[in-house]
Amino acid sequence: MKFSIQINEGPYQHQASDSAYQFAKAAIAAGHEIFRVFFYHDGVNNASRFTMPPQDDRNVVNQWAELGIKNADGEPELVVCIAAALRRGMLDESEAKKNGIEGNNIHPAFRISGLGQLIEAGIQSDRLVVFGD
Amino acid sequence: MATKKFMYLNRKASYGTAYAIESLEVVLIAAAFEQDVSLAFIDDGVYQIIEGQNTDGIGMKNFSKTFHALGDYDINKLYVSAESLEERGLTADDLMPLVYEDEDDDWAEKTSVKIVSNAELSKIMSDQDVCLSF
Repeated sequence: MKFSIQINEGPYQHQASDSAYQFAKAAIAAGHEIFRVFFYHDGVNNASRFTMPPQDDRNVVNQWAELGIKNADGEPELVVCIAAALRRGMLDESEAKKNGIEGNNIHPAFRISGLGQLIEAGIQSDRLVVFGD
Repeated sequence: MATKKFMYLNRKASYGTAYAIESLEVVLIAAAFEQDVSLAFIDDGVYQIIEGQNTDGIGMKNFSKTFHALGDYDINKLYVSAESLEERGLTADDLMPLVYEDEDDDWAEKTSVKIVSNAELSKIMSDQDVCLSF
């Protein structure tokens, strides 16, 4: 089955991203496809490459990155909502440059895009599973 | 592109968290995809479409007027949980008069809001292809 996932909560404060990760991992292990993971609301914070948990804790961001969810063109399908990201201080290289800001914090395993990608995921997938409050 | 039935479940009040406004942003973007869209307002989500909202005292943008634009985007199925209204001491009269123009009926203005029981809402939800919960 073709799944997409929406994550509405940030890491560590809320279990949504962890649960979604466990779900994605189990789905892939069972032979299913993850078409796209879409990060919305505070969920955009799951894409910060500056995330530094203590050594004895899981790294939520790297866990997602290691799943390596990509499309046929090799682009990441861990997609961060651009509007939600920018208003929360999450920028990739191109957005940082566009806004005259030095530095950027989106992990390279993720990409920034629009809300249309969430709707498209809903249309293209057999199931869209939402994780959040 | 295939047409699917999308339902947006609004469960939180307009302010206090960003869920309501960011849900509405998805709904407006989704309008461009020409899908079959409906909205449900349950729990504190019913407060999102209360008439006479005023955000002057909290320094936030009052986005409630945006709901009036939904009819222009062919989004005219707004279901409100009867139980959620009643639990909060609200009635249909407390809601914004949200309408659309029915192109199949000489552009007659009709209400987009339908108050339904949770049991009815549950049936409507099970009939959807995609439910996005906010």
